[in-house]
Amino acid sequence: MTMRTRGEKIFGIFNAILLTAIAMVCIYPFIYILAVSLSDAKSVNMGAVWLLPKGINLNSYSQIVHKEGIWTAYLNSFFYMFMGTAVSMALTTLGAYALSKKRLVGHRFLNLFVVFTMWFNAGMIPMYLNFKNMGMLDNRWAIIFGFAINTYNFVILRTYFANVPQALEEAAKIDGASDFKVLLKIYLPLAVPSLATVALFYAVERWNSYFWPMILLKSDSKIPLQVVLKKMVVDMSSRMDSLNYGRDMTGTSEDGFIYSTMVIAMIPMLILYPFIQRYFVKGVMVGSVKG
Amino acid sequence: MKKLSETKEKRSNLSKRIWADRQLYFMLIPFLLFYVIFVYKPMWGLQVAFKDYNIFKGMSGSPWVGFENFKTIFGNPYFFRILRNTLLISTYSLIFSFPMPIILALLLNEVRIRKFKSLVQTCTYLPYFISTVVVAGMVTSFLAPSTGMVNLILAKLGFEKIYFLSKPEYFRTIFITQGIWQNAGYSSIVYIAALGGIDMELYDAAMVDGCGRWKQTLHVTLPGLLPTIVTLFIISVGNILNVGYEKIILLYQPATYETADVISTYVYRLGVEQANYGVSTAMGLFNSVVGFVFVYAANKISNKINGMGLW
Repeated sequence: MTMRTRGEKIFGIFNAILLTAIAMVCIYPFIYILAVSLSDAKSVNMGAVWLLPKGINLNSYSQIVHKEGIWTAYLNSFFYMFMGTAVSMALTTLGAYALSKKRLVGHRFLNLFVVFTMWFNAGMIPMYLNFKNMGMLDNRWAIIFGFAINTYNFVILRTYFANVPQALEEAAKIDGASDFKVLLKIYLPLAVPSLATVALFYAVERWNSYFWPMILLKSDSKIPLQVVLKKMVVDMSSRMDSLNYGRDMTGTSEDGFIYSTMVIAMIPMLILYPFIQRYFVKGVMVGSVKG
Repeated sequence: MKKLSETKEKRSNLSKRIWADRQLYFMLIPFLLFYVIFVYKPMWGLQVAFKDYNIFKGMSGSPWVGFENFKTIFGNPYFFRILRNTLLISTYSLIFSFPMPIILALLLNEVRIRKFKSLVQTCTYLPYFISTVVVAGMVTSFLAPSTGMVNLILAKLGFEKIYFLSKPEYFRTIFITQGIWQNAGYSSIVYIAALGGIDMELYDAAMVDGCGRWKQTLHVTLPGLLPTIVTLFIISVGNILNVGYEKIILLYQPATYETADVISTYVYRLGVEQANYGVSTAMGLFNSVVGFVFVYAANKISNKINGMGLW
């Protein structure tokens, strides 16, 4: 360690302040939303809530419990996340394992067949028509299977499998193990960190997606929370459209309701976040290595 | 004769190899079925772009119309507007959003207290994991005309309240700012990793030569980051036509179409909302093809410059 010059010390202090400010900008919206969701409508309307909730009440949360649509949507979201991640992992793992084998006849063509879809896809309308023509509109399984594989995640797993020493597989094969057994007993236990990364990628993607569920699902009994929230947010802005902006909004409890819905929509991700952070950083690195 | 038996042998060898790996092929079936049914079959459906598509006649029954749908697009008075908006939003994000993660990574690199560094990282990565709907909800409510935080501050400072989301002139700023807020931290991961890969001996050598921290940053850190920066920059240029329309759909409104409407959002309204499948597919195809050319060219350039790219 060398001596730091005065300029460097000043920079160090300035840097610490700047980074603290950046970090605060990143998390402040979360704190604000939580505070508003816990405050009473009057304090929110007066603009008194900035950091801590004022006039604490849980009205907006109890509203959620009583409003049936929200609960259904919440449960739907969990269904799409868990079921979707399970299906995604099964398909991606099978494909990535098989295509990581360079000895496989046709592996070059098959890899190109898959990776090509990263740079070219049919686009929104042909995809929509495809679901429509298969009679998969308003069908839960369209969401589960129609978006099962993310090719980036496939590349991450394939890269991992390709780097496992061949000798392990050969030894097992000599002992008479089948390919399925090799995958289950040797590769999967070794790949747990990579599998966890990819599973988290999928879980986040599934939980957060709104666009295709919005387009494909019509019945209230099937839509996930993000779609309900989207309707509420858009309703809110169109409701404000019709108001002069000098005037205060009526029914601010509606705002608290939206905020608390946003909070419950974030909770699963916030719970996953510590795990995500540990694995994602590694995942990003693997993914950025040439596929 | 010898040659014939050789090829025969080769062929039986090949089928032997395929048979030996039959379980692997079996594993591939569900995997490939996904790509065939949900990714490649829609590509077959791209023919709609060249047809006068009629739901009742179906894909094969609808008559071919050649480039009629494309003519409609280029004759559309809004075509110039959506193309301009697409390019402008991408260009502005390239100018303003692209450098942010690099700056953040460099600042974090100068921090000596590890706990502080990881705390800042934890905070800055967080927004990335929040859904676009929630983020759009935050933006909408913070900018709300009467009770939104920004307008409350403006009012306290004695300015007039502004309904930001209904003003076309603010849309791009809002869109790009929220993009930076959500993605800068997460995108910095790649740069932080690249910084970790710089040889420490280079720093030692620079110090022996009498370089201070600033000069070390200039002569060691930045050159070490350059390949990563160049690669990611080229990839971003390649993606210039792929604007995050899912976010735009949540934030725009008819009053701001003038600056907010991009190709994909127009395709969405035309196709999904108005069921004009022919023209919207044609427009999407135009976007994909030009976008593909861009990405392909960008990747070729990236591979040539520093031997790394997406594929």
